[in-house]
Amino acid sequence: MARTITIAADKPRHRGLSRVPLGLISPLVLLLAWEAAARTGAINTAFFPAPTTILTTAVTQAQTAMFWNDLAISLKRIGIGLAMGGIPGVLVGLAMGLFRPIRDAFNPLIAALFPIPKIALLPLLLLIFGMGETSKYVTIAINVFFLMSINTFAGVLATPRIYFEVARNLRASRLKTYVSVALPGALPGIFTGLRICLGTALILLVAVEFSTADSGIGYRIWWAWTVFWVDTMYVGFLVIALLGYAFSTLVDALERWTIPWHKGQS
Amino acid sequence: MDVAAKIAVEGVAKVFGDPVRGFRAIDGVDLSVRQGEFLCIVGPSGCGKSTLIRMMAGLETPTAGAIRMRHDDPARPLTAMIFQQESVFPWLTVAQNAAYGLQASGTWRGAESRERVEYFLHKTGLYSFRDFRPGQLSGGMKQRLSIARAFATNPEILLMDEPFAALDEQNKLLMQQELASLWEEFRSTVVFITHGLDEAVLLGDRVVVMSSAPGRFIRNMEITLPRPRDSIALRRTAEVAAMTAELWETLRTEVEAARQQESQRLGATA
Repeated sequence: MARTITIAADKPRHRGLSRVPLGLISPLVLLLAWEAAARTGAINTAFFPAPTTILTTAVTQAQTAMFWNDLAISLKRIGIGLAMGGIPGVLVGLAMGLFRPIRDAFNPLIAALFPIPKIALLPLLLLIFGMGETSKYVTIAINVFFLMSINTFAGVLATPRIYFEVARNLRASRLKTYVSVALPGALPGIFTGLRICLGTALILLVAVEFSTADSGIGYRIWWAWTVFWVDTMYVGFLVIALLGYAFSTLVDALERWTIPWHKGQS
Repeated sequence: MDVAAKIAVEGVAKVFGDPVRGFRAIDGVDLSVRQGEFLCIVGPSGCGKSTLIRMMAGLETPTAGAIRMRHDDPARPLTAMIFQQESVFPWLTVAQNAAYGLQASGTWRGAESRERVEYFLHKTGLYSFRDFRPGQLSGGMKQRLSIARAFATNPEILLMDEPFAALDEQNKLLMQQELASLWEEFRSTVVFITHGLDEAVLLGDRVVVMSSAPGRFIRNMEITLPRPRDSIALRRTAEVAAMTAELWETLRTEVEAARQQESQRLGATA
C-alpha cells in the first residue's frame, strides 16, 4: 500500500536555556563539591582549603601593595621576554620563508636547537647575565624566539604560491613582496605562535621565579610553601590561571581585529 | 626576428625535472605576436600552453630558446597576468586589491591612478562592493576583481590563462562579452589561453592551435569577424560555428594523441 512521507518543517527550538549553562554548571558543581568536602572534613583543609577561604584570602591580598607588585613584575618579565624573543623571531621566520640561503642556513640550526628544553640553560644564563632581571627576560625570550620563528616560517610556507606569483608577475620589489604578501600570509601562523608562546612564557616565568627571584607570582607561590601559607599559595594558582585565560582571550580578540579575513570572514 | 613583433618566441623549449628524461612540456616553439593583437592559444590539456604564458609572465624560464618582449613605455608595466585560480588577496579590500597592481609594479600615480582604479571597479560592477573583502564575494566577482586589477595597471601586454575556466556557464558568457568590450576600448596586446574553441573564435583576432606535449603550433587561423563584437549574438552565427568546427577538426587528433600519451604515462597496457 502506498504511503506518504512528510518532510516537516523544523520545530522552533527552546532558545536561551540550551547550551550556555552547561559550560557554567560543570565548574560550579566541582566548586560546590569541593566546598562541601572541605567543610565536612572529607578532605584535609591543610592541603585543600575551601574555595570560599581561598576567595577571602584573595580579596584580602588584593588590598596589599605586595600582591600588585608581584603581578606587575611578573607581567613585565613576560612582556619584555615576549618582545625580546618575538620580534626577532618573526623577522627571522619571514626571512627564512622568503630567501633560500637564509632558510638553508637557519633551518638545521633551529631544528637542532628547538627540542632542547630551554629552561635547562638557566644556570648558564645566570652565569652570563647574573641573578638580575636580564637572565629572566632572556630565558623567556629564547623560547619565544624559537616558537615565533618556526611558526612564522610555517605561515609563509602555507601562503598559497599564487599570491607570490601575482607580485612576481608585476615585478614587485623584494620589500613590497615582503610587506604585501609574505607578512599578511604569515599572520595566521604568527598568531598560532603567539598563542603557544604565551602559554610557554607563563610556565617559564613560574619556573624562573621559583628558583631565582625574590618577587613575582611564581616566587610568591614558592614563598607560601616555605612558610606554609597554603591559602596564599592557592591565590597564586588562581592568579596564574586567570592570567592564562586573559592572555588567550586577548590573543583571540587581537586576531579577530588584525586578520578579520581569516576566521569567520566577516 | 620580426621587428614589428610585440612578443617573439624563438625556439623555446621547457623541460621539467631531468634535462634528458624529464617532462618535455614544449619543444621548439616559435610564435610572433603583433602589437595590439588579441591572440588566443588553444590546445589539449597538458600541451604546455600554460607553461608558455607563465614564461611570458616571468614566472618560469625557458630551458632553451628565448622570449623577446618589447617594452615601449617604462611608465606602464610590461605584463599583467589574469590567473585561472583565485588570485585576489583575501587580506585586502576590493578597492585595495584593484589598486594592488599599480602599486606593486611601481606605476602608482596618485589621483590619476585612483581614478583609474575606480573606473575599472565601475566597469566590472564592483564599485559598490569596494570596501568588502574577497571572502564576501562570489567566484565570478573575484575573477572580475582580478580582471580589474590587471586592466587598472594598463599593461602593454595582458596575459590571461584560462581566466573563465572556473566560472559557471552563465557567468562565463557575460564575462566574455564584458572582456571583449573592455579590450576594444584599450586595445593592449593580449595573449589568451583557453580550452573553449568558441571562446577563442569570439574573442581573438587570431587563434593558434598547439599540439599535444611536447607542444608545438600546428595551426594558425585569422579571425576576421568585425569589431566591436557582440559575443552572445555572434555565437549563434554559422560563420562562428564553421570556424569552431574547423578548429575542432585540427584539435581532435591532438586530443586523442594526448589521451594516448596520458595512458602510456600511467602505464596502461590497453
